[in-house]
Amino acid sequence: MMDIIRTKDVVYEYIRRDDEGAVTGITTAVDHVSLGIKQGDFIAILGHNGSGKSTLAKHFNAILTPEEGTVWVDGMDTLEEKNVWNVRQTAGMVFQNPDNQIIAPVVEEDVGFGPENMGVPTEEIWKRVEESLKAVGMYEFRKHSPNNLSGGQKQRVSIAGVLAMKPKCIVLDEPTAMLDPQGRREVLKAVHELNKLEGVTVILITHYMEEVTDADKVFVMDSGKVVMQGTPKQIFTLVDELKELRLDVPQPTLLAWELKKRGIPLPDGILTGEELVQAIKDLK
Amino acid sequence: MSLIVDHISYIYGKDTGTPIEALKDVSLSIPDGQFIGIIGHTGSGKSTLMQHLNGLEKASSGTIYFNGEDVYEKGYNLKNLRSKVGLVFQYPEHQLFAETVFADVCYGPKNLGLSKSDCELRAYDALRKVGFPEDLIFTSPFELSGGQKRRAAIAGVLAMKPEVLILDEPTAGLDPKGRDEILTQIKKLQKEENMTILLVSHSMEDVAEYVDRIVVLNEGKIFLDNTPKEVFRHYKELEEIGLSAPQVTYIMHDLADAGLNVRCDVTTVSEAADEIVRALSR
Repeated sequence: MMDIIRTKDVVYEYIRRDDEGAVTGITTAVDHVSLGIKQGDFIAILGHNGSGKSTLAKHFNAILTPEEGTVWVDGMDTLEEKNVWNVRQTAGMVFQNPDNQIIAPVVEEDVGFGPENMGVPTEEIWKRVEESLKAVGMYEFRKHSPNNLSGGQKQRVSIAGVLAMKPKCIVLDEPTAMLDPQGRREVLKAVHELNKLEGVTVILITHYMEEVTDADKVFVMDSGKVVMQGTPKQIFTLVDELKELRLDVPQPTLLAWELKKRGIPLPDGILTGEELVQAIKDLK
Repeated sequence: MSLIVDHISYIYGKDTGTPIEALKDVSLSIPDGQFIGIIGHTGSGKSTLMQHLNGLEKASSGTIYFNGEDVYEKGYNLKNLRSKVGLVFQYPEHQLFAETVFADVCYGPKNLGLSKSDCELRAYDALRKVGFPEDLIFTSPFELSGGQKRRAAIAGVLAMKPEVLILDEPTAGLDPKGRDEILTQIKKLQKEENMTILLVSHSMEDVAEYVDRIVVLNEGKIFLDNTPKEVFRHYKELEEIGLSAPQVTYIMHDLADAGLNVRCDVTTVSEAADEIVRALSR
Protein backbone atom coordinates (compact mmCIF):
# COMPACT_ATOMS: atom_id res chain seq x y z
CA MET A 1 0.00 0.00 0.00
CA MET A 2 1.18 3.54 -0.66
CA ASP A 3 2.62 5.53 2.23
CA ILE A 4 0.25 8.24 3.43
CA ILE A 5 3.29 10.28 4.46
CA ARG A 6 6.79 9.95 3.11
CA THR A 7 9.77 12.18 3.76
CA LYS A 8 13.15 12.13 2.06
CA ASP A 9 16.22 13.88 3.50
CA VAL A 10 14.14 16.61 5.11
CA VAL A 11 16.09 19.46 6.70
CA TYR A 12 14.64 22.39 8.60
CA GLU A 13 16.66 25.06 10.39
CA TYR A 14 15.68 27.82 12.77
CA ILE A 15 17.86 30.86 12.18
CA ARG A 16 18.34 33.39 14.98
CA ARG A 17 19.14 36.97 14.08
CA ASP A 18 20.15 40.04 16.10
CA ASP A 19 18.48 43.48 15.83
CA GLU A 20 20.36 44.28 12.62
CA GLY A 21 19.29 41.03 11.03
CA ALA A 22 22.72 39.42 11.17
CA VAL A 23 22.65 35.69 11.80
CA THR A 24 23.66 34.84 15.38
CA GLY A 25 22.95 31.15 15.39
CA ILE A 26 21.41 28.28 13.50
CA THR A 27 19.56 25.35 15.05
CA THR A 28 18.99 22.38 12.83
CA ALA A 29 15.63 21.19 14.14
CA VAL A 30 15.12 18.47 11.55
CA ASP A 31 18.25 16.90 10.14
CA HIS A 32 17.96 14.69 7.05
CA VAL A 33 14.90 12.74 8.10
CA SER A 34 13.65 10.04 5.74
CA LEU A 35 10.67 7.97 6.79
CA GLY A 36 7.47 6.38 5.57
CA ILE A 37 4.12 6.09 7.34
CA LYS A 38 1.63 3.49 6.11
CA GLN A 39 -2.02 4.38 5.58
CA GLY A 40 -4.09 3.19 8.55
CA ASP A 41 -1.20 2.81 10.99
CA PHE A 42 -1.05 4.17 14.54
CA ILE A 43 2.31 5.87 14.82
CA ALA A 44 3.97 7.40 17.87
CA ILE A 45 6.83 9.88 17.84
CA LEU A 46 8.92 10.18 20.99
CA GLY A 47 11.80 12.50 21.78
CA HIS A 48 12.93 14.91 24.49
CA ASN A 49 12.03 18.62 24.48
CA GLY A 50 13.89 20.19 21.57
CA SER A 51 14.51 16.89 19.74
CA GLY A 52 12.67 18.16 16.65
CA LYS A 53 9.51 16.06 16.81
CA SER A 54 7.04 18.97 16.70
CA THR A 55 8.97 20.66 13.89
CA LEU A 56 8.86 17.43 11.91
CA ALA A 57 5.14 16.98 12.62
CA LYS A 58 4.41 20.46 11.28
CA HIS A 59 5.81 19.29 7.95
CA PHE A 60 3.10 16.63 7.72
CA ASN A 61 0.39 19.20 7.02
CA ALA A 62 2.47 21.90 5.39
CA ILE A 63 2.51 24.34 8.31
CA LEU A 64 6.22 24.14 7.62
CA THR A 65 7.83 23.09 4.36
CA PRO A 66 11.30 21.56 4.11
CA GLU A 67 14.33 23.70 3.36
CA GLU A 68 16.01 20.66 1.88
CA GLY A 69 14.46 17.37 0.88
CA THR A 70 10.83 16.52 0.17
CA VAL A 71 7.65 15.64 2.06
CA TRP A 72 4.87 13.81 0.26
CA VAL A 73 1.43 13.64 1.84
CA ASP A 74 -0.76 11.10 0.04
CA GLY A 75 1.60 11.49 -2.90
CA MET A 76 1.44 15.31 -2.92
CA ASP A 77 4.67 17.29 -2.63
CA THR A 78 4.08 19.85 0.16
CA LEU A 79 6.43 22.34 -1.49
CA GLU A 80 4.05 22.83 -4.40
CA GLU A 81 1.77 25.75 -3.66
CA LYS A 82 -1.21 24.19 -5.43
CA ASN A 83 -1.12 21.18 -3.07
CA VAL A 84 -1.26 23.06 0.25
CA TRP A 85 -5.06 22.98 0.62
CA ASN A 86 -5.31 19.33 -0.26
CA VAL A 87 -2.43 18.46 2.04
CA ARG A 88 -4.10 20.19 4.99
CA GLN A 89 -7.34 18.41 4.20
CA THR A 90 -5.56 15.08 4.09
CA ALA A 91 -3.57 15.52 7.30
CA GLY A 92 -5.30 17.40 10.14
CA MET A 93 -3.50 18.60 13.23
CA VAL A 94 -4.44 18.78 16.93
CA PHE A 95 -2.29 20.72 19.39
CA GLN A 96 -1.54 20.64 23.12
CA ASN A 97 -3.79 23.39 24.42
CA PRO A 98 -7.49 22.90 23.62
CA ASP A 99 -8.26 26.49 24.57
CA ASN A 100 -6.22 27.76 21.63
CA GLN A 101 -8.07 25.63 19.11
CA ILE A 102 -11.73 26.19 19.87
CA ILE A 103 -13.22 29.33 18.40
CA ALA A 104 -17.01 29.07 18.18
CA PRO A 105 -19.45 29.69 21.06
CA VAL A 106 -21.25 26.37 20.53
CA VAL A 107 -19.64 22.94 20.15
CA GLU A 108 -21.38 21.97 16.90
CA GLU A 109 -20.50 25.29 15.24
CA ASP A 110 -16.88 24.79 16.16
CA VAL A 111 -16.82 21.36 14.58
CA GLY A 112 -18.58 22.69 11.47
CA PHE A 113 -16.06 25.50 10.99
CA GLY A 114 -13.54 23.40 9.03
CA PRO A 115 -15.89 21.88 6.46
CA GLU A 116 -17.67 25.22 6.09
CA ASN A 117 -14.37 26.84 5.12
CA MET A 118 -13.82 24.07 2.63
CA GLY A 119 -17.08 24.96 0.91
CA VAL A 120 -18.88 21.77 1.88
CA PRO A 121 -22.68 22.05 1.28
CA THR A 122 -24.66 22.87 4.43
CA GLU A 123 -26.52 19.58 4.62
CA GLU A 124 -23.28 17.64 4.30
CA ILE A 125 -21.67 19.85 7.01
CA TRP A 126 -24.34 18.89 9.54
CA LYS A 127 -23.97 15.25 8.65
CA ARG A 128 -20.24 15.44 9.17
CA VAL A 129 -20.61 17.37 12.45
CA GLU A 130 -22.92 14.68 13.76
CA GLU A 131 -20.64 11.83 12.68
CA SER A 132 -17.51 13.48 14.02
CA LEU A 133 -19.01 14.30 17.40
CA LYS A 134 -20.36 10.76 17.69
CA ALA A 135 -16.95 9.33 16.79
CA VAL A 136 -15.32 11.10 19.77
CA GLY A 137 -18.26 10.55 22.12
CA MET A 138 -19.23 14.23 22.35
CA TYR A 139 -22.53 14.24 20.44
CA GLU A 140 -24.63 14.84 23.55
CA PHE A 141 -22.66 18.05 24.16
CA ARG A 142 -23.30 19.47 20.67
CA LYS A 143 -25.38 22.41 21.93
CA HIS A 144 -23.03 23.24 24.83
CA SER A 145 -20.63 26.11 25.11
CA PRO A 146 -17.03 24.85 24.88
CA ASN A 147 -16.25 27.01 27.94
CA ASN A 148 -18.14 24.66 30.21
CA LEU A 149 -16.34 21.51 29.07
CA SER A 150 -13.48 19.75 30.82
CA GLY A 151 -10.03 19.65 29.23
CA GLY A 152 -10.54 16.13 27.88
CA GLN A 153 -13.91 17.06 26.42
CA LYS A 154 -12.49 20.19 24.76
CA GLN A 155 -9.68 18.19 23.28
CA ARG A 156 -12.18 15.68 21.87
CA VAL A 157 -14.10 18.58 20.30
CA SER A 158 -10.83 19.73 18.70
CA ILE A 159 -10.35 16.23 17.30
CA ALA A 160 -13.95 16.20 15.99
CA GLY A 161 -13.22 19.53 14.29
CA VAL A 162 -10.38 17.92 12.40
CA LEU A 163 -12.41 14.79 11.64
CA ALA A 164 -15.18 16.83 10.07
CA MET A 165 -12.73 17.68 7.30
CA LYS A 166 -12.50 13.95 6.54
CA PRO A 167 -8.74 13.66 6.77
CA LYS A 168 -6.94 10.42 5.98
CA CYS A 169 -4.45 11.21 8.68
CA ILE A 170 -4.50 13.05 11.98
CA VAL A 171 -1.40 14.41 13.72
CA LEU A 172 -1.68 15.04 17.47
CA ASP A 173 1.08 17.04 19.15
CA GLU A 174 1.01 16.23 22.89
CA PRO A 175 -2.80 16.25 23.04
CA THR A 176 -2.88 15.02 26.66
CA ALA A 177 -0.14 17.17 28.24
CA MET A 178 -2.63 19.45 29.98
CA LEU A 179 -5.25 16.87 30.94
CA ASP A 180 -6.15 15.01 34.13
CA PRO A 181 -6.12 11.18 34.14
CA GLN A 182 -9.78 10.93 33.10
CA GLY A 183 -9.24 13.43 30.28
CA ARG A 184 -6.22 11.50 29.07
CA ARG A 185 -8.16 8.23 29.05
CA GLU A 186 -11.01 9.84 27.07
CA VAL A 187 -8.77 11.36 24.43
CA LEU A 188 -6.71 8.20 23.91
CA LYS A 189 -9.82 6.06 23.64
CA ALA A 190 -11.25 8.43 21.03
CA VAL A 191 -8.02 8.43 19.03
CA HIS A 192 -7.71 4.64 19.07
CA GLU A 193 -11.30 4.23 17.92
CA LEU A 194 -10.74 6.59 15.00
CA ASN A 195 -7.81 4.51 13.97
CA LYS A 196 -9.54 1.14 14.35
CA LEU A 197 -13.08 1.94 13.23
CA GLU A 198 -12.58 4.75 10.71
CA GLY A 199 -9.16 3.67 9.47
CA VAL A 200 -7.67 7.12 10.03
CA THR A 201 -3.88 7.13 10.22
CA VAL A 202 -2.85 8.48 13.62
CA ILE A 203 0.46 10.16 14.39
CA LEU A 204 0.74 10.77 18.13
CA ILE A 205 3.50 12.87 19.65
CA THR A 206 3.72 12.39 23.40
CA HIS A 207 5.91 12.43 26.49
CA TYR A 208 3.82 9.73 28.17
CA MET A 209 5.37 6.36 27.39
CA GLU A 210 2.32 4.32 28.39
CA GLU A 211 0.29 6.03 25.63
CA VAL A 212 2.54 4.41 23.06
CA THR A 213 2.26 0.72 23.97
CA ASP A 214 -0.52 0.01 21.44
CA ALA A 215 1.13 1.80 18.51
CA ASP A 216 2.00 -0.08 15.33
CA LYS A 217 5.31 1.71 15.10
CA VAL A 218 7.37 4.12 17.19
CA PHE A 219 9.88 6.67 15.95
CA VAL A 220 12.33 8.14 18.46
CA MET A 221 13.98 11.46 17.65
CA ASP A 222 17.11 13.13 18.97
CA SER A 223 18.90 16.23 17.64
CA GLY A 224 16.58 16.38 14.65
CA LYS A 225 17.25 12.81 13.55
CA VAL A 226 15.25 9.61 13.78
CA VAL A 227 17.52 7.54 16.01
CA MET A 228 15.30 4.50 16.64
CA GLN A 229 12.27 3.00 14.94
CA GLY A 230 10.39 -0.18 15.57
CA THR A 231 7.44 -1.72 17.39
CA PRO A 232 6.81 -0.64 20.99
CA LYS A 233 8.22 -4.02 22.11
CA GLN A 234 11.44 -3.47 20.20
CA ILE A 235 11.82 0.14 21.39
CA PHE A 236 10.95 -0.32 25.07
CA THR A 237 13.40 -3.19 25.45
CA LEU A 238 16.13 -0.54 25.17
CA VAL A 239 15.64 0.89 28.66
CA ASP A 240 19.17 2.28 29.12
CA GLU A 241 19.31 3.76 25.62
CA LEU A 242 15.95 5.51 26.12
CA LYS A 243 17.09 6.97 29.44
CA GLU A 244 20.18 8.30 27.62
CA LEU A 245 17.76 10.12 25.31
CA ARG A 246 15.95 11.71 28.31
CA LEU A 247 13.03 9.33 27.78
CA ASP A 248 11.56 6.55 29.84
CA VAL A 249 9.59 3.33 29.49
CA PRO A 250 6.03 2.55 30.66
CA GLN A 251 5.82 1.79 34.38
CA PRO A 252 5.08 -1.96 33.91
CA THR A 253 8.15 -2.24 31.63
CA LEU A 254 10.27 -0.45 34.22
CA LEU A 255 9.00 -2.77 36.94
CA ALA A 256 9.82 -5.83 34.79
CA TRP A 257 13.30 -4.41 34.18
CA GLU A 258 13.84 -3.86 37.92
CA LEU A 259 12.67 -7.41 38.64
CA LYS A 260 15.05 -8.83 36.06
CA LYS A 261 17.91 -6.88 37.64
CA ARG A 262 17.00 -8.62 40.89
CA GLY A 263 17.27 -12.01 39.27
CA ILE A 264 13.66 -12.79 38.36
CA PRO A 265 13.73 -14.53 34.94
CA LEU A 266 11.09 -12.55 33.02
CA PRO A 267 10.83 -12.42 29.22
CA ASP A 268 11.79 -9.29 27.25
CA GLY A 269 9.25 -6.89 25.81
CA ILE A 270 6.71 -6.57 28.64
CA LEU A 271 4.67 -3.42 28.00
CA THR A 272 1.48 -3.61 30.03
CA GLY A 273 0.36 -4.56 33.51
CA GLU A 274 -1.53 -7.58 32.15
CA GLU A 275 1.56 -8.89 30.37
CA LEU A 276 3.63 -8.50 33.52
CA VAL A 277 1.05 -10.22 35.73
CA GLN A 278 0.82 -13.08 33.22
CA ALA A 279 4.61 -13.43 33.05
CA ILE A 280 4.85 -13.60 36.84
CA LYS A 281 2.02 -16.16 36.96
CA ASP A 282 3.93 -18.25 34.40
CA LEU A 283 6.92 -18.37 36.75
CA LYS A 284 5.06 -20.25 39.39
CA MET B 1 5.57 28.03 61.41
CA SER B 2 2.57 26.92 59.35
CA LEU B 3 -0.43 27.57 57.16
CA ILE B 4 -3.87 26.76 58.48
CA VAL B 5 -6.92 26.84 56.25
CA ASP B 6 -9.93 27.17 58.52
CA HIS B 7 -13.32 26.29 57.03
CA ILE B 8 -13.04 28.40 53.89
CA SER B 9 -15.69 28.58 51.20
CA TYR B 10 -15.44 30.54 48.00
CA ILE B 11 -18.32 31.55 45.78
CA TYR B 12 -17.85 33.43 42.54
CA GLY B 13 -20.27 34.96 40.09
CA LYS B 14 -22.61 36.01 42.93
CA ASP B 15 -24.10 38.82 40.84
CA THR B 16 -24.54 36.75 37.67
CA GLY B 17 -27.53 34.76 38.88
CA THR B 18 -25.63 31.47 38.61
CA PRO B 19 -23.17 31.61 41.49
CA ILE B 20 -20.64 28.79 41.62
CA GLU B 21 -19.29 27.44 44.88
CA ALA B 22 -15.71 26.62 43.95
CA LEU B 23 -14.61 25.72 47.49
CA LYS B 24 -16.90 24.26 50.12
CA ASP B 25 -15.86 24.33 53.76
CA VAL B 26 -12.22 23.40 53.19
CA SER B 27 -9.97 22.94 56.21
CA LEU B 28 -6.32 22.03 55.98
CA SER B 29 -3.33 22.21 58.28
CA ILE B 30 0.00 22.53 56.53
CA PRO B 31 2.96 22.11 58.87
CA ASP B 32 6.47 23.34 58.05
CA GLY B 33 8.67 21.31 55.78
CA GLN B 34 6.01 18.95 54.44
CA PHE B 35 5.81 17.96 50.76
CA ILE B 36 2.13 17.77 49.83
CA GLY B 37 0.62 16.64 46.54
CA ILE B 38 -2.71 18.16 45.52
CA ILE B 39 -4.73 16.07 43.07
CA GLY B 40 -8.20 16.37 41.59
CA HIS B 41 -9.77 16.47 38.15
CA THR B 42 -9.92 19.67 36.09
CA GLY B 43 -12.32 22.04 37.82
CA SER B 44 -12.15 20.34 41.24
CA GLY B 45 -10.93 23.55 42.89
CA LYS B 46 -7.18 22.88 43.15
CA SER B 47 -6.00 26.09 41.56
CA THR B 48 -8.62 28.16 43.38
CA LEU B 49 -7.45 26.76 46.71
CA MET B 50 -3.81 27.49 45.86
CA GLN B 51 -4.70 31.07 44.98
CA HIS B 52 -6.25 31.47 48.41
CA LEU B 53 -3.08 30.32 50.13
CA ASN B 54 -1.10 33.33 48.99
CA GLY B 55 -3.93 35.83 49.13
CA LEU B 56 -4.67 36.18 45.43
CA GLU B 57 -8.28 35.24 46.15
CA LYS B 58 -10.22 36.02 49.32
CA ALA B 59 -12.51 33.40 50.80
CA SER B 60 -16.25 34.18 50.99
CA SER B 61 -16.26 32.72 54.48
CA GLY B 62 -13.74 31.14 56.83
CA THR B 63 -10.16 32.28 57.19
CA ILE B 64 -6.51 31.41 56.69
CA TYR B 65 -3.79 31.65 59.35
CA PHE B 66 -0.18 32.08 58.31
CA ASN B 67 2.35 31.70 61.11
CA GLY B 68 -0.39 32.25 63.66
CA GLU B 69 -1.79 35.42 62.10
CA ASP B 70 -5.22 35.73 60.48
CA VAL B 71 -4.48 36.92 56.94
CA TYR B 72 -7.94 38.48 56.59
CA GLU B 73 -7.45 40.61 59.71
CA LYS B 74 -7.59 44.34 59.00
CA GLY B 75 -4.10 45.70 58.45
CA TYR B 76 -2.52 42.32 57.69
CA ASN B 77 0.34 42.75 55.25
CA LEU B 78 -0.78 40.70 52.20
CA LYS B 79 2.35 41.72 50.35
CA ASN B 80 4.33 39.90 53.00
CA LEU B 81 2.13 36.82 52.59
CA ARG B 82 2.67 36.83 48.83
CA SER B 83 6.43 36.90 49.21
CA LYS B 84 6.42 34.17 51.88
CA VAL B 85 4.03 31.88 50.03
CA GLY B 86 5.44 31.68 46.50
CA LEU B 87 3.15 30.56 43.72
CA VAL B 88 4.50 29.13 40.47
CA PHE B 89 1.69 29.12 37.92
CA GLN B 90 1.11 26.61 35.14
CA TYR B 91 3.45 27.19 32.21
CA PRO B 92 5.36 29.84 34.21
CA GLU B 93 7.78 30.33 31.33
CA HIS B 94 5.04 32.32 29.57
CA GLN B 95 5.68 34.98 32.18
CA LEU B 96 9.39 35.36 31.50
CA PHE B 97 9.92 38.78 30.00
CA ALA B 98 13.33 40.29 30.79
CA GLU B 99 16.28 40.44 28.41
CA THR B 100 18.33 37.94 30.36
CA VAL B 101 17.49 35.09 32.70
CA PHE B 102 19.40 36.89 35.46
CA ALA B 103 17.43 40.14 35.07
CA ASP B 104 14.21 38.15 35.10
CA VAL B 105 15.04 36.42 38.38
CA CYS B 106 16.16 39.75 39.92
CA TYR B 107 12.78 41.32 39.18
CA GLY B 108 10.94 39.90 42.21
CA PRO B 109 13.48 40.88 44.89
CA LYS B 110 13.83 44.30 43.23
CA ASN B 111 10.11 44.84 43.79
CA LEU B 112 10.60 44.01 47.46
CA GLY B 113 12.80 47.11 47.61
CA LEU B 114 16.09 45.29 48.20
CA SER B 115 19.46 46.78 47.24
CA LYS B 116 20.97 45.85 43.88
CA SER B 117 23.61 43.63 45.41
CA ASP B 118 21.07 41.83 47.61
CA CYS B 119 18.86 41.22 44.56
CA GLU B 120 21.78 39.80 42.64
CA LEU B 121 22.85 37.55 45.50
CA ARG B 122 19.35 36.19 45.79
CA ALA B 123 19.08 35.66 42.04
CA TYR B 124 22.35 33.69 41.92
CA ASP B 125 21.26 31.67 44.92
CA ALA B 126 17.84 30.90 43.45
CA LEU B 127 19.26 29.88 40.06
CA ARG B 128 21.74 27.59 41.80
CA LYS B 129 18.98 25.98 43.84
CA VAL B 130 16.98 25.02 40.75
CA GLY B 131 20.09 23.63 39.07
CA PHE B 132 20.11 26.22 36.29
CA PRO B 133 23.24 25.91 34.06
CA GLU B 134 25.62 28.70 35.05
CA ASP B 135 26.81 29.47 31.53
CA LEU B 136 23.27 30.36 30.45
CA ILE B 137 22.48 32.89 33.19
CA PHE B 138 23.03 35.90 30.92
CA THR B 139 21.30 34.56 27.82
CA SER B 140 17.79 35.53 26.77
CA PRO B 141 15.13 33.35 28.39
CA PHE B 142 13.64 32.86 24.92
CA GLU B 143 16.65 30.89 23.73
CA LEU B 144 16.31 28.22 26.40
CA SER B 145 14.85 24.73 26.19
CA GLY B 146 11.48 24.01 27.80
CA GLY B 147 13.00 22.55 30.95
CA GLN B 148 15.48 25.40 31.36
CA LYS B 149 12.77 28.04 30.95
CA ARG B 150 10.70 26.26 33.57
CA ARG B 151 13.65 26.33 35.99
CA ALA B 152 14.32 30.01 35.35
CA ALA B 153 10.67 30.78 36.13
CA ILE B 154 10.76 28.77 39.36
CA ALA B 155 13.99 30.56 40.35
CA GLY B 156 12.13 33.86 39.94
CA VAL B 157 9.74 32.78 42.70
CA LEU B 158 12.50 31.29 44.88
CA ALA B 159 14.37 34.60 44.78
CA MET B 160 11.57 36.01 46.93
CA LYS B 161 12.75 33.57 49.64
CA PRO B 162 9.38 31.97 50.24
CA GLU B 163 8.77 29.66 53.20
CA VAL B 164 6.06 27.84 51.28
CA LEU B 165 6.39 27.04 47.59
CA ILE B 166 3.28 26.17 45.58
CA LEU B 167 3.74 24.71 42.10
CA ASP B 168 0.81 24.25 39.73
CA GLU B 169 1.72 21.37 37.40
CA PRO B 170 5.39 22.26 37.11
CA THR B 171 6.17 19.32 34.81
CA ALA B 172 3.38 19.67 32.21
CA GLY B 173 4.83 19.35 28.70
CA LEU B 174 8.33 18.31 29.84
CA ASP B 175 10.06 15.14 28.68
CA PRO B 176 10.45 12.31 31.23
CA LYS B 177 14.00 13.30 32.20
CA GLY B 178 12.94 16.94 32.53
CA ARG B 179 10.09 15.87 34.82
CA ASP B 180 12.45 13.87 37.04
CA GLU B 181 15.00 16.68 37.16
CA ILE B 182 12.51 19.34 38.21
CA LEU B 183 10.86 17.12 40.84
CA THR B 184 14.22 16.01 42.25
CA GLN B 185 15.26 19.67 42.61
CA ILE B 186 11.99 20.47 44.36
CA LYS B 187 12.44 17.51 46.72
CA LYS B 188 15.92 18.87 47.48
CA LEU B 189 14.44 22.26 48.42
CA GLN B 190 12.25 20.49 50.93
CA LYS B 191 15.11 18.42 52.37
CA GLU B 192 17.87 21.02 52.40
CA GLU B 193 15.97 24.26 53.02
CA ASN B 194 13.11 22.73 54.99
CA MET B 195 10.76 24.45 52.57
CA THR B 196 7.07 23.53 52.62
CA ILE B 197 6.04 22.35 49.15
CA LEU B 198 2.59 22.05 47.61
CA LEU B 199 2.59 20.29 44.25
CA VAL B 200 -0.52 20.33 42.07
CA SER B 201 -0.22 17.44 39.64
CA HIS B 202 -2.14 15.25 37.20
CA SER B 203 0.50 12.53 37.35
CA MET B 204 -0.35 9.95 40.00
CA GLU B 205 3.03 8.29 39.43
CA ASP B 206 4.92 11.53 40.17
CA VAL B 207 2.87 12.29 43.24
CA ALA B 208 3.38 8.75 44.59
CA GLU B 209 7.12 9.00 44.08
CA TYR B 210 7.81 12.35 45.70
CA VAL B 211 5.29 13.56 48.28
CA ASP B 212 4.70 12.82 51.98
CA ARG B 213 1.00 13.49 51.91
CA ILE B 214 -1.76 13.77 49.32
CA VAL B 215 -4.79 16.03 49.46
CA VAL B 216 -7.53 14.98 47.01
CA LEU B 217 -10.06 17.61 45.99
CA ASN B 218 -13.41 16.87 44.40
CA GLU B 219 -16.13 19.41 43.61
CA GLY B 220 -14.54 21.99 45.87
CA LYS B 221 -14.35 19.68 48.88
CA ILE B 222 -11.55 17.68 50.44
CA PHE B 223 -12.18 14.09 49.40
CA LEU B 224 -9.15 12.43 50.99
CA ASP B 225 -6.16 13.71 52.95
CA ASN B 226 -3.55 11.14 53.90
CA THR B 227 -0.23 9.46 52.98
CA PRO B 228 0.13 8.22 49.37
CA LYS B 229 -0.26 4.62 50.55
CA GLU B 230 -3.55 5.33 52.28
CA VAL B 231 -4.92 7.54 49.51
CA PHE B 232 -4.19 5.08 46.70
CA ARG B 233 -5.81 2.29 48.72
CA HIS B 234 -9.03 4.02 47.61
CA TYR B 235 -8.22 3.62 43.90
CA LYS B 236 -11.78 2.68 42.99
CA GLU B 237 -13.21 5.83 44.54
CA LEU B 238 -10.43 7.85 42.89
CA GLU B 239 -11.46 6.49 39.49
CA GLU B 240 -15.03 7.56 40.12
CA ILE B 241 -13.85 11.16 40.51
CA GLY B 242 -11.72 11.13 37.35
CA LEU B 243 -8.40 10.16 38.93
CA SER B 244 -6.51 6.90 39.19
CA ALA B 245 -3.76 5.15 41.12
CA PRO B 246 -0.20 4.69 39.87
CA GLN B 247 0.05 1.81 37.39
CA VAL B 248 2.11 -0.30 39.80
CA THR B 249 -0.72 -0.22 42.34
CA TYR B 250 -3.02 -1.87 39.77
CA ILE B 251 -0.36 -4.47 38.99
CA MET B 252 -0.10 -5.36 42.69
CA HIS B 253 -3.86 -5.78 42.96
CA ASP B 254 -3.88 -8.03 39.87
CA LEU B 255 -1.04 -10.12 41.28
CA ALA B 256 -2.88 -10.51 44.56
CA ASP B 257 -6.01 -11.55 42.65
CA ALA B 258 -3.88 -14.11 40.80
CA GLY B 259 -2.97 -15.63 44.13
CA LEU B 260 0.47 -14.11 44.77
CA ASN B 261 0.86 -13.10 48.38
CA VAL B 262 1.81 -9.41 47.88
CA ARG B 263 0.85 -6.24 49.73
CA CYS B 264 -1.34 -4.01 47.60
CA ASP B 265 -0.60 -0.64 49.18
CA VAL B 266 2.47 -0.21 46.99
CA THR B 267 2.82 3.04 45.03
CA THR B 268 6.32 3.15 43.51
CA VAL B 269 8.26 0.90 41.13
CA SER B 270 11.13 0.14 43.50
CA GLU B 271 8.75 -0.74 46.32
CA ALA B 272 6.80 -3.00 43.96
CA ALA B 273 9.98 -4.77 42.81
CA ASP B 274 11.02 -5.43 46.44
CA GLU B 275 7.58 -6.70 47.32
CA ILE B 276 7.31 -9.05 44.32
CA VAL B 277 10.81 -10.47 44.90
CA ARG B 278 9.90 -11.06 48.55
CA ALA B 279 6.63 -12.80 47.66
CA LEU B 280 8.24 -14.98 44.98
CA SER B 281 11.10 -16.11 47.19
CA ARG B 282 8.81 -17.43 49.88
